[in-house]
Amino acid sequence: MTITDVDLDAPIRIAQDGLEHALTLFARMALIREFEQRVNRLFLQGRVPGTIHLSHGQEACAVGGTASLRPTDWATLTHRGHGQALAKGVSARSLMAELFARETGCCRGMGGSLHVGDWAVGALPAIGIVGASIPISAGLAFAASHQGEDRVVVCFTGDGAMTEGDAHEGFNLATLWRLPVVYVCENNLYSISTRVDRQARVTSVAERVRAYDLPAETVDGNDVLAVDEAVSRAVARARAGDGPSLVECLTYRQGGHKRDDPATYRPREEVARWLARDPVVRMRRAIEAAGMTAEVEQAMTDATAAIDDAVAFAEASPPATGRLP
Amino acid sequence: MTTVIEALRGALVGEMDRDPRVFVMGEDIGIGGSFHLTIGLLDRFGPERVRDTPVSEAGFVGLATGAAIGGMRPVVDFQYGDFLLCAADQVIQQACKLAFMSGGQVQVPLVLHAPTGASGRGAQHANSIENLFFGVPGLTVGVPSTPYDAKGMMITAIRHNEPVLICSHKHLYGTEGRNVEASAIGDVPEEPYSIEIGKAAIRRPGRDLTIVAALLMTHRAMQAAEELAREGIEVEVVDLRWLSPLDTGTVVDSVRRTSRALIVQEGSPMGWSGTVAAAIADGALDALDAPVRRLTGPNTPIPFAPHLEAEVVPTVDRIVAEARRLVRGS
Repeated sequence: MTITDVDLDAPIRIAQDGLEHALTLFARMALIREFEQRVNRLFLQGRVPGTIHLSHGQEACAVGGTASLRPTDWATLTHRGHGQALAKGVSARSLMAELFARETGCCRGMGGSLHVGDWAVGALPAIGIVGASIPISAGLAFAASHQGEDRVVVCFTGDGAMTEGDAHEGFNLATLWRLPVVYVCENNLYSISTRVDRQARVTSVAERVRAYDLPAETVDGNDVLAVDEAVSRAVARARAGDGPSLVECLTYRQGGHKRDDPATYRPREEVARWLARDPVVRMRRAIEAAGMTAEVEQAMTDATAAIDDAVAFAEASPPATGRLP
Repeated sequence: MTTVIEALRGALVGEMDRDPRVFVMGEDIGIGGSFHLTIGLLDRFGPERVRDTPVSEAGFVGLATGAAIGGMRPVVDFQYGDFLLCAADQVIQQACKLAFMSGGQVQVPLVLHAPTGASGRGAQHANSIENLFFGVPGLTVGVPSTPYDAKGMMITAIRHNEPVLICSHKHLYGTEGRNVEASAIGDVPEEPYSIEIGKAAIRRPGRDLTIVAALLMTHRAMQAAEELAREGIEVEVVDLRWLSPLDTGTVVDSVRRTSRALIVQEGSPMGWSGTVAAAIADGALDALDAPVRRLTGPNTPIPFAPHLEAEVVPTVDRIVAEARRLVRGS
């Protein structure tokens, strides 16, 4: 299956016995959306230092990419990693405090937006150099399997990393040694301003990595259930000792690459088409169609409250001391 | 009597026996690697713990970094230190920073072993790679010049909880049929022992001049010191053993006693020798009777022709001449 074979406008279908699960995933996406929108505002108000790479629009990849993981499983995150961190279980408080450069931040203010993570919940502080995490994740998986653990590693990555040498070396090692790692590639079609068809002749990431005998499938990355199903299959394979896989999630950044990028390099019609495929809105509609309007409202109210609390916590926290344990 | 490479191997075998988390990986290590570090290890420990890799330096350093975070203690053997450059991001940006930028949440107990130095192989297998990596934050760099240090420093490196690069010099291996300094063969205790990180060794006491060196240059400095002694010049030789962290205390104390300093570094002028000179300027300027001198190679790649290579690597004769100039003024 290639990029063009995926129907990105099909309505999300929730199985009758899957409503509760769907609502759980929706709540996580709503939390990420609220987090990113709030961070954006705080940043524009000058209350958050540094730079930020927001992930709104890609929430389904983060949530679907982690939904089948156990707390003991590991994940590696990208520079656009706030959502991935929240999805893996990093607390909104410690995440927000990290962005505020506070001692209570998940990395004690030493990492910042580009390196968020909490190893206590299996989220390795994010690796900000694209491609580098492909072999590192293979190494985490190596450690797990070598030590007889049935841990699985999910490595979040993106289309931009797929032209890095490290990525190809890592894919080769992961398949060669049949390591329990699942690569979740958020293909948001642009590496900053460079569209996938200007990055490689073969635009399908899945097609490219199959050359390494890496099982790969391409899914609608704005359908959290589709991502979850594909990643669940890959995680099950990895846990059973059947080696690594890659799930290519077709998705879209709703904003620019980073804070000062207006993203005018993307055609307006394309942006409009993708905004209509908003992963949070689509899931909300699907759940509401199943009659759970009140639960959806509640999830969104809870998300707002959680982020209010996270901001208050961060602002009340002392600045980073620079002292490491 | 043991060679440096045998001593390194002894350390590796001992640590692999002691700690099941220790494993070694690299290109062609099943047949011993390019300089026989791992010879015999495959038979002893099996392919799970002695991992031949594809030609993928960035890939396997990255993998080792992940494995280290995940609870293993990898030792990565490079065929040549030059190939570290293929993995520069994985070493400098990943392995050496992940503990720091995570706020201390993870540890990266990773050992990189790299053969270094010019040895008749032309420009691309001759970098003094320690000069490029000595200033990398988060990386401990060890440069053992004797079998005793090689074993102790490798054991120290494997037990350390942060990344360590051990550079050993190709001319100090004592591999049969290859050039070797006779002084690089020595006795090594059977039992394990550590060499404190960041502690230099005074190889020879002297009152007239301090020569600061590492690796092969330590041996050349010792030979130069013997020649100079016959002329009545008493040289103190400081073997740094570790470039990061640098034992500037031992260097400064020595120079304060001798009042003169010559720093001998293989490779281009860029490197640790400048940092040592700055430390001397900082801590011993008032005690100096002569300018601080550095003897290094020129700022060029290493040529193949053996007689031309010899011109760019400091020799005993040139060390003697520089020392004489510093002490006698001519």
